[in-house]
Amino acid sequence: MHPAFSVVFFTTATGAGYGLLALLGVLGPLGFIAPDFWPGFVGMGLALGLIAAGLLSSTGHLGRPERAWRAFSQWRSSWLSREGVASVATFIPAGLFGLGWVILGRLDGWVAAAGLLAAICAVITVCMTGMIYASLKPVAQWHSPYTLPGYLVFSAMSGCVLMNALLQGFALASKTLLAASVLLTLLGWGWKLATWRHNDRLEIPTNANTATGLAGGTVRSLEWPHTEENYLLKEMGFRIARKHAAKLRLITQALAFGVPILLLVAALALPWPIAALVSALAAIVQFAGMLVERWLFFAEAKHTVMLYYGR
Amino acid sequence: MTCLPSHTDKRLGLVIDLDTCVGCQACVTACKEWNTGGHMGPLTDIDPYGGHVDGVWFNRVHSYEHVTEMGGRTVNFPRSCLHCETPACVTVCPTGASYKRASDGIVLIDEDKCIGCKLCSWACPYGAREFDTDVGVMKKCTLCVDRIYNDNLAEGDRVPACVAACPTSARHFGDLGDPQSPISHLVAERGGVDLMPELGYRPTNKYLPPRAHTQRAASVPAKALEPVRAEGGFLGWVDRMLSS
Ligand code: SF4
Ligand code: SF4
Repeated sequence: MHPAFSVVFFTTATGAGYGLLALLGVLGPLGFIAPDFWPGFVGMGLALGLIAAGLLSSTGHLGRPERAWRAFSQWRSSWLSREGVASVATFIPAGLFGLGWVILGRLDGWVAAAGLLAAICAVITVCMTGMIYASLKPVAQWHSPYTLPGYLVFSAMSGCVLMNALLQGFALASKTLLAASVLLTLLGWGWKLATWRHNDRLEIPTNANTATGLAGGTVRSLEWPHTEENYLLKEMGFRIARKHAAKLRLITQALAFGVPILLLVAALALPWPIAALVSALAAIVQFAGMLVERWLFFAEAKHTVMLYYGR
Repeated sequence: MTCLPSHTDKRLGLVIDLDTCVGCQACVTACKEWNTGGHMGPLTDIDPYGGHVDGVWFNRVHSYEHVTEMGGRTVNFPRSCLHCETPACVTVCPTGASYKRASDGIVLIDEDKCIGCKLCSWACPYGAREFDTDVGVMKKCTLCVDRIYNDNLAEGDRVPACVAACPTSARHFGDLGDPQSPISHLVAERGGVDLMPELGYRPTNKYLPPRAHTQRAASVPAKALEPVRAEGGFLGWVDRMLSS
């Protein structure tokens, strides 16, 4: 599948944003953070900013972005529509929570309720994003039990690493949050390795025989219907050389998981201003790594239509 | 509404005979010609006379070599929308632009609602949907809704353009939901098959596999060609003179 940057950035940014929003919504009301102005302002700004940037970027993928509002109508059948509804609905409790925290300076009562509701909405929205891909039968690498949990794990992971960088920045460091960031990054790493292992051993029942209805023997493409690349080949026929895939998998592992873990462990031992810088660096490096991971998620996915082209 | 109808009164579709298709591309050009001015028109061409021709087509004909223990053969394979009974291309659509008609089972796109998110083309395993980059919306085969119900055409012409154009009658049109229709009999007789049945889209269109190789055909080996060798004598001299 063609890795369009608008979609790669969209899923990575909203994943991190919703993860951070969910953590703020839960940890704030739990008394983990004091209802001070700056942490609330920067934290909510970062979370909602990432979400908004991601959603805006996703409209860049549309042929007719001016009609995007229509996408809220088919939530009864379409995961994409459900995602649209959930993402917009999340802004309501998230906005109330942010206002209560930043303007009223409180994290109890209805503000706490709004925070918890925002966290629930954030998790639901990430599930909807995951299901868009997990429900697509023609792409075996996506239509897999690994896809939905993957989206949730990566969202929690990048949200937690961001949350840690935020609190470190305000000298509100917590060993628990640091440890949680390390553990979630390890979990993300393990999940990605397991996903790759699953995909590399995938036995797909769909092949050129079932695609053409020609039973038995071998079916070899002699001639395409066209000499130039068409929409199908451009959109679904993206191919990545095996050696590049291997290299990019290494880069993903280093940037998204390996380096952030080292930095976070170092932050455990370092004194405040340096620990804050190192934590911020971990979040930035991980975000870059997740962009590579998401690029590969598309580039390594194969669509059944390519069977017709003998690819 | 992108929810699927629980039942369609008819199941209009095509039956394609892989035994008789000669890969002449007549259906491809007839489809383009009709539909570029039809319900989903235009079928935009990008850079049509340049080096990177691209454009929207509803029907594409591939050629394959199928080799079994019986021997090898070339199979020409037209590929277009199969108007599936449970098509995910419709249910994934967030806008309601894609829909399946309850009356005849035809899968269509309402171009005025489509936002061009392309998700339906990802959800179609058969590559039947092509995005029009010029108009910014998705396009696909309409089973020639603007021909098959068209009172301005003679009754015999009320079939999809591809069916009308096929010189070998490899394409048949009819109601596959009616077990008594001629097209259903044809499918039963020839053992028509679904494409990628394992994905569960339940295509309406059926493909008739090529008939088995037969031993009945007379085998007439052509005489071996005469070896070309230099002639001697007068004729040889004339040949050499004339060839030089
Ligand atoms: S062939 Fe593809 S576009 Fe046509 S109905 Fe089936 S899934 Fe939809
Ligand atoms: S491209 Fe158009 S028809 Fe296809 S899913 Fe998106 S809105 Fe629906």
